[in-house]
Amino acid sequence: MARTLLRLLRYGALGLGAVAALLPFYYMLIGALQKKRDTSLGGLLPDPSNLTLANLSGIDDSFSLTTALLNSLIMTAGVVACTLVFGLLAGYALAILHFRGRGLVFALVLLVQAIPFQLLMIPLYVMVVRYFHLADSYAGMILPFAVNSVAVLIFRQYFLQIPREIFDAARMDGAGELRILRSVAVPLVRPAILTAMLVTFIGPWNEFLWPFLITKNPDMQPLAVSLANFSQANSTFQANPMGAVLAGACVLAVPAVVLFLLFQRHFTSANLGSAIKG
Amino acid sequence: MTAPHPHRQEARAGGGSPSGPQLKGSPPPAPRASARAGRPPRPGRAHRVERWLGRHPLGLALTAPYTVFVLVVFAIPFGFGVWMAFHDYFFTAPGVSVPHPFVGFDNFTAVLGDGDTRRAFRNLGVFMAINIPLTVVLALSLAAALNSATRWRVFFRVSYYVPYVTASVATLAVWLFLFNGSGAVNHALGAWAPEPSWLANKHLVMPLIALYVTWKQLGFYVLLYLAALQNVPRELHEAALTDGAGRWQAFRAVTLPAVRPVTSLVILLSLITSGQIFTEPFLLTGGGPNGASLTPALLIYQRGLEQGEPDAAAAIGLILVTAVLILATISRRVMERN
Repeated sequence: MARTLLRLLRYGALGLGAVAALLPFYYMLIGALQKKRDTSLGGLLPDPSNLTLANLSGIDDSFSLTTALLNSLIMTAGVVACTLVFGLLAGYALAILHFRGRGLVFALVLLVQAIPFQLLMIPLYVMVVRYFHLADSYAGMILPFAVNSVAVLIFRQYFLQIPREIFDAARMDGAGELRILRSVAVPLVRPAILTAMLVTFIGPWNEFLWPFLITKNPDMQPLAVSLANFSQANSTFQANPMGAVLAGACVLAVPAVVLFLLFQRHFTSANLGSAIKG
Repeated sequence: MTAPHPHRQEARAGGGSPSGPQLKGSPPPAPRASARAGRPPRPGRAHRVERWLGRHPLGLALTAPYTVFVLVVFAIPFGFGVWMAFHDYFFTAPGVSVPHPFVGFDNFTAVLGDGDTRRAFRNLGVFMAINIPLTVVLALSLAAALNSATRWRVFFRVSYYVPYVTASVATLAVWLFLFNGSGAVNHALGAWAPEPSWLANKHLVMPLIALYVTWKQLGFYVLLYLAALQNVPRELHEAALTDGAGRWQAFRAVTLPAVRPVTSLVILLSLITSGQIFTEPFLLTGGGPNGASLTPALLIYQRGLEQGEPDAAAAIGLILVTAVLILATISRRVMERN
């Protein structure tokens, strides 16, 4: 009897948590499809006579959705590429190679995670915009995210798990370190590459603050920034301004959520844990 | 790690430059050094490089891109920010060079004497007081329930994580329309709807933002706790139960101590996120009403970029980071004491 009650309680709590987590997404979808805003409780149910896709073209009138999506994509791809290359090289070196200063580099990797962005925001802005002249450019958007300590730690962790004998054998066979990295190490850590890609994809795709600071040209702004500006501008000339903003929110949310759902196995606590604890 | 000391001296003795040919051509110091270190005489060039740079000097080249980027993107701006906070720094037309005199703690006293700064830090205090305990309690309860659940595990885990992977800009839009004056929440509350409404209410706006951030981050912390719970031996829990402990007692005596390191980590990470709260007040309220949702990070943006006082902004940043660091140290001490 007490056991059943406990079970009921457990699933009740889990269900409540799931509803709380997912309800706003349902509301995002319904709100994006409404012809006229309906905030009553009945409005939460889809009403066929009040459904439309017009909100999507509504935001497209204010800013080019395709341009914004493309900008988001370029920024994200740039960040992921840099993260993978730098992360693989540094992770491999830290796990497998003995070189002077290895301890120092590893300390740096951990230290970088501890530096808060608020302290860097203003000086980084001054440097990138005033000294490097990278305002309104992809390079400027990508730069602060190009090094990602989490990726280095993920790769280091994976390389450490590979038996050292594999690398020693390749060396005995006369392979140079670069050759070993390319033909032995990288193929062995394919799962880590996928994990690192997924984990680092979300950051730049969702990032608002930094691109908001350094892009003033609407043609260069990623979707998160365009959408925030659109939502701030109180686009009253829209038939359903809320619907338009929520439609944009869907466009921004869908790629990250879909990728996550497809690859959710890779977002296990073990991966996150190892990424954080190093 | 090898200690290359003798060789460094040797290189200096050989003409001040450690480059290869010179060393090869100047053997006199070598026997001395190698005799002292008890190594075979006349080591080859490759051997020397190895002593100097380690067995795989290539490692230096492979980590170089990372290190250079860290210097450019983290170390130099960090130093620049600290320098800025102690100097009179302002924006000038491009190419114009003006003196930026050292002003000591002037920026700090000016900033601390400002009502906005104190309000922002007070708001941050309110945020932390709600966000951190709520995060720990909710994440641990959900993880514990999930750990002993047998069905629908993947569904629950995935749904908790969805808010975490979604852009703030997107989820904030929903919260904005749920909680604004004529939003669905007030509609549902009817006569109980707060007056003035959530986002315009100076008592409710900061708690609402704290609730939003808790909601958004929760999935991440649930997964952290779940990993820790899966490492707690089941027998320990069962032993406590057979010894006559109630379920709650067993939880307190076995589970809580076992997940203590994770709780410490969760508090630390929440503290760090709290310090960075910018997007939420910026998009939901712009810091209003009347500064009730102003946060230090938002203030840094306003002072530094909107009002053109980067030195004041840098000072606020330094105060913020110091405050977070102190809180993090205290929390770690407290968590590790028992």
